[in-house]
This record gives sequence, C-alpha cells and structure tokens, in this order.
Amino acid sequence: MDTQTTMQTLSLAPWLVATPMIGALVLLVAGRRTDRWGHWLGVLASAATFVVGLVMLLDMLGTPADQRVGTHTVGTWIDSGPLHVDLGFQVDPLSMTFVMLVTFVGTLIHVYSVAYMDHDVDRRRFFGYLNLFVAAMLLLVLADSYLLLFVGWEGVGLASFLLIGFWDGKRENAVAGKKAFVMNRVGDMGLIVAMMLLLATFGSVRFADVLPAAGEGATAAGQATMTAIGLMLLLAACGKSAQLPLQAWLGDAMAGPTPVSALIHAATMVTAGVYLLVRSGPILEAAPDAQLVVAIVGALTLLFGAVVGTAKDDIKKALAASTMSQIGYMMLAAGLGPIGYAFAIFHLLTHGFFKAGLFLGAGSVMHAMDEDVNMRRFGGLARLLPVTAITMGLGWLAILGVPPFSGFWSKDKIIEAAFVGEGWRPWVFGLAALLGAGITAYYMSRLFFMTFAGRRRWRPDEGAGDDGAPVRHPHESPRLMTWPMIVLAAGSVFLGGFLALGDRFVTWLEPVTGHAEHHEPVLPVWLLMTLTLVLVVLGALLAFRQFAVAAVPVEPPPAPAVVRAARVDLYQDAVNESLVMRPGQYLTRALVYSDRTAVDGGWLGLAGGIGRLGARLRRMQNGYVRTYAATMLGGLGVVGLVVWVLAS
Amino acid sequence: MEITNYLGLAVILFAIGATTVLLRRNAIVVFMGVELMLNATNLAFVTFARIHGDVTGQVLAFFVMVVAAAEVVVGLAIIITIFRSRRSASVDDVNLLHS
Repeated sequence: MDTQTTMQTLSLAPWLVATPMIGALVLLVAGRRTDRWGHWLGVLASAATFVVGLVMLLDMLGTPADQRVGTHTVGTWIDSGPLHVDLGFQVDPLSMTFVMLVTFVGTLIHVYSVAYMDHDVDRRRFFGYLNLFVAAMLLLVLADSYLLLFVGWEGVGLASFLLIGFWDGKRENAVAGKKAFVMNRVGDMGLIVAMMLLLATFGSVRFADVLPAAGEGATAAGQATMTAIGLMLLLAACGKSAQLPLQAWLGDAMAGPTPVSALIHAATMVTAGVYLLVRSGPILEAAPDAQLVVAIVGALTLLFGAVVGTAKDDIKKALAASTMSQIGYMMLAAGLGPIGYAFAIFHLLTHGFFKAGLFLGAGSVMHAMDEDVNMRRFGGLARLLPVTAITMGLGWLAILGVPPFSGFWSKDKIIEAAFVGEGWRPWVFGLAALLGAGITAYYMSRLFFMTFAGRRRWRPDEGAGDDGAPVRHPHESPRLMTWPMIVLAAGSVFLGGFLALGDRFVTWLEPVTGHAEHHEPVLPVWLLMTLTLVLVVLGALLAFRQFAVAAVPVEPPPAPAVVRAARVDLYQDAVNESLVMRPGQYLTRALVYSDRTAVDGGWLGLAGGIGRLGARLRRMQNGYVRTYAATMLGGLGVVGLVVWVLAS
Repeated sequence: MEITNYLGLAVILFAIGATTVLLRRNAIVVFMGVELMLNATNLAFVTFARIHGDVTGQVLAFFVMVVAAAEVVVGLAIIITIFRSRRSASVDDVNLLHS
C-alpha cells in the first residue's frame, strides 16, 4: 500500500533494512563456518544496501518535489483495539539523506575494517554486528511511526553495546559498553513516555497522524502536554546523542574498535537524536518551551564538548569530545525551529563525512603506533604517514569551517541561524556557537599538530639513545584502509559546497522540514563570517604555537584548575556518581533494608512467634504420667467451674 | 443421718485418690489411687440414686465395677511387663513418649 507519491521504487524500502539484516543473520547464526569469507559478505551486504538506496535516491530525484514524501506499508504489525500500528516505511528526502549517509559511510568503514580487523580472530563476528547496526539504523530512519522507530532505536543501542565491548576480554571495555547501555536506557525511557503521551493525546504513534495534528496547534492537546512530549523526546535524543546531561558515555565508548567509533559514535548512531528532533519538528514548534530547552542543551553541550576536547591527550577521546560538541551544534540548530532543521541535517551530513574520516585517520595512526592513543607520544608523523596526514588534514580543515571545505558551509549557516531572533536568544546562542567555533579550531589543531607536526616523541629504533621514549615503527596503512579515508576526505572537501550551492540541500529537505522564511541575523552576515574566521584562525594559530613550534611535554604539565577539570571531562563522572549513582544506591539499599525489616521481618516474625509458641507448648508434653493426670484434673476443675458458673 | 454425708465422704475419698495419683511414683500405689477414685464415684452414683429414687445410678455403679475389674487386669499386666523390662515400678521412669 503506497500513498501520496508517484515514486516507482517505494516498495524497495523494506530491502534497505532486510539486506544488512540477512547479512547479520548469516554471519551470526552460521558462526565460525563463515570465518574465511564472512567479512566480505558483510561488505557485500552493506554495499548492496547502498546500491538499493542509490536507486531509490535517483528515483526520488526524478520525482517532482511535492511527490517525494511517501509511505510503504508492508502489513499490520500490532492490531489491538484502538491501537493499530503498521509495519510501514517512511520514504522522504530526510530519511533518504540518512539512508545515503549510513550506507555510503557504512560501506567505506566496512571496507576499512577488513584490513583494520585483519588480525582479529573474531573479525566475522565484528562484521555481523556492523551489519546488524546498519539494519537497525536504517529501520530507525525509515520507520513511519515512533514505535517502529523505537525498534531501530533499541537495535542501534544493542549494536553499539556489543561493539563498544567487542574486546570484552578487558574489563574496562565491558564496563564502557555497560555504561553506554545504561545511560542510553535513561534516554529510552524518555522515548517510551513520549510515545505513551502521544497515544493518550492523539491516539496514534504514526508520523502521518501525529505530526499534522501537532502542527495544527496544541488546541486539543494543551500546552503542558505538548511541552511534556517535547521534553521527553529531548531526553531520548540526549541519551542517544550524548548531550547534557546524558553525555558521559560517549568518551568511554571509544573503548570499541576504531571503525566502530567512526561509524556509530561519530557519523551515524549518535546523530539519531538530531534525526528524532527534526522529524518531530511540528511537535517542538507546538511547544516553544521545550524547543528553547533543546537549543539550550545544544549550546551547553557544544561548549562542554569543546572545552573537554582541549585537554584530552587520548586521540580518540579528543575526537569523541569533538563529536559531542558538533552534535551540540546540530541540536542547537534543531532547537531554533524551521530555520535550523535543514542546517542541522546538513551539518550532520558533512560531519558524518569529515568526522568518520578523522576517526579512520586516528585508527590508521594507532595502527602505525602499535595501538597507542596517547598524542603526547606521537609527533612528526606527517612524513611517515603521508596519506593519513593529508586525509586527516582535509578533515581537520573541514571541521574548522575553513572555506571552501564542507564544514564551512554547514557550520557557518548554523552560527548565522543562531543569531536570528529577538531579545536575548540570538546573542546567547549565537555567541555560544561563535565561541564554540573558536575552541573547535584550537582543539582540532592541537590534535592535528600533536600527531603529525612537531618533534618525534617516540624512537624509530633501539639505538638512538635511551630517553624513555617508546620504540615505534610507523608505516602507512594498507590500501584497503587508505582508500576509504581518501573517499571520505574528498567528501569533506567537496560535499558541503556541492550541496550548499543554490541552497540545493535546503530545497531538497523542504518537503519534510517545510519552507522556512529567511530572517536576517541581528548582526550582518559578512561580519559574522569574518568573526568566525578570525576566531578559527586565532584558535589554530594558538594551537600551532603551543603544539607545533613549542615542544610538547610527554607528561601532562601542571595546569590551572580549568584544564585539570577538562582533563577529567569536567567531572562528569564524579557529578553523575554523586548526584545519581550514590543516591540511587542509597535508595535501593534503603528499599532493600525496609523490605528485609518491614515486609520480610513482619512475616518472618509472625512465623517465628508461632514457632516459639509451638516450642513452648511442646514442653508441656514431658512424658510424665503424673503431669498428664494433673492436667486432666485441672481441666476437669475448669470444666466444673464453667458448668457451675453457667448453671448459677 | 444426713444423706449428704455420703456425698461428703465420696468427695473426700476422691480427693485422697486424686492426691495419691498425682503425688506417688509407685505404679501400684497410683493404681490404688485410681481405684479409690472409681469407688468414690461409685459411692456418689449410689447416693444420688437413693436421693432421686432412680436406679440408673446403681446400674452405672455396676458398669463402673465391671470396667474397673477389666482395667485392673490390663493395668496390672502392663505394670508387671514394665517392671520386668525396666526393673522399676516408678511411673516417672516411663517417659519414653517425651520428645
């Protein structure tokens, strides 16, 4: 059953989910038998999905813009009285954007992983999980109802958990997986509550029913209900996208293999929260308070992540902090309303390319440096890893927002949109975004220079004087790893400009996000652009002076309190521990204690009392005939007394 | 002579019998106490039969005698058996049912 569209290939939508799912099932069910060729099957499944997606994209491009939104219903999923949920797929420009991002970047990372995981005995299982992730992520973005989206939502959470703890032989990896899973559950509760509220308010969880109803105004629902739904959706997005206050899991998630960090914890899964909010746009517009909170959370997280990124010495954790910060930009844009939606998704897309490229580059560097992640032990690698250095360099320029690289086109638009509005908002959000751009330039340049520039803080061989530096033999990665990096670097360079020209991307998304009126920012656009660039250049120059020209100490030097705080993620774990974990533990302990003493204690006490009474009574049976005789006599006396009292 | 004196005698005899049963350890003596109580009851039955002019009490006294005779036979046999096996006629030694 297809609706509203003249697209020919709509019925291919289920295959987007089924193809990688089949790959995952074969790899995980057939087990070790597929060890020899399993990784290529994984690549094939992902590539085939990309081809299906490409066919659908071409078909959609050939369809008039007003015909591009359609749903394809496979059948009834749940039919229970008033609750009716179809197994339906939403095909529109927004979901197709995600399909292309997930399958294209996903396929490249599959190829990269073939070489990266070459020496791992569990490579086949790894590819099974990767395919599972792709299937779940596509289900998430293609679902036509919140409930089906939730299935994908949980699926990507499962895949993320399995892949973070992939090397679960080490305890901290397994703990990191658990931490990610538990924190995600908090967000999932938000989505569940939001669905309950939607069902109670609109009687449906289908996008096609809920979103127009919400868009027509919150007359029936009431402002408070809409705000509650919006905040619950935001909670869900915070959990999945590592935004304040549920951001603490992302840094630890770097325990997973680097391709996982690139695909799941940078390019795709963590952006699911942004997708959810943009998809739920009409709900947020009906709840301005919730929308404001979204923007505030985004602004706070973009600064939080940026500050943490400046102090991290672990190359992957620095990138993770950067991911958090960049998703903060997207959330900020999503919280700005219709003018921000397209830019949020645009930045998500370009970020997917350059951040995946940066992570793959980091993986390549780690590969060369014997899996070391400490940037203080890197340095001077540019000449030895030329392809890695150039591809990472392009990604670095893209994330800095240097024109004409991809990041410039998307991030600059978000900064511009943040300055639109009245009252205090444009100043607060705009300045936060502007400041974030400067800090981003500083920490990304720091990462780049510490790794590739400056003096070597390692030794190429044993003989060159023992100064305590580790011995490394850096070498460029094999072609299977460099080619995906090159393709992603090309995307980092050209994609943004290509899609920004003539507002192509914004127009492309209009069937979903609606047409946004153009508003002038409170400051002129040329001034904003200049300010951004000046801040970026300043940040980069500062990093250049500190980490390329000056010698980088191999031990973290003593630093002011702010830097010390940033090194430990601004005490996020300590805060979570003291505010949530400890009180939670006390609460459960108190509950267990009261259960033991009050509930168990009551019944055990009663049973014990009866037992003791029995023991006391038993003592009367002492076996002495004369005692029994006395008892009988006493009983006779009592009976006589009773008879006498009753008779008189 | 007051007829209620017989009842007083019956009560006294019963009390003596009961005291004997409760206080003495020797099974034979306890047995004698039981017999004394039975006979005190018999005396009460007969007295009441006389008071009410009804022979039921006398008939019941006969029943009690018959049952008492049978009880003596069985009881003495048990006592002798216990004495044979335990070399004691004390009722306090026969407390095997205790716990």
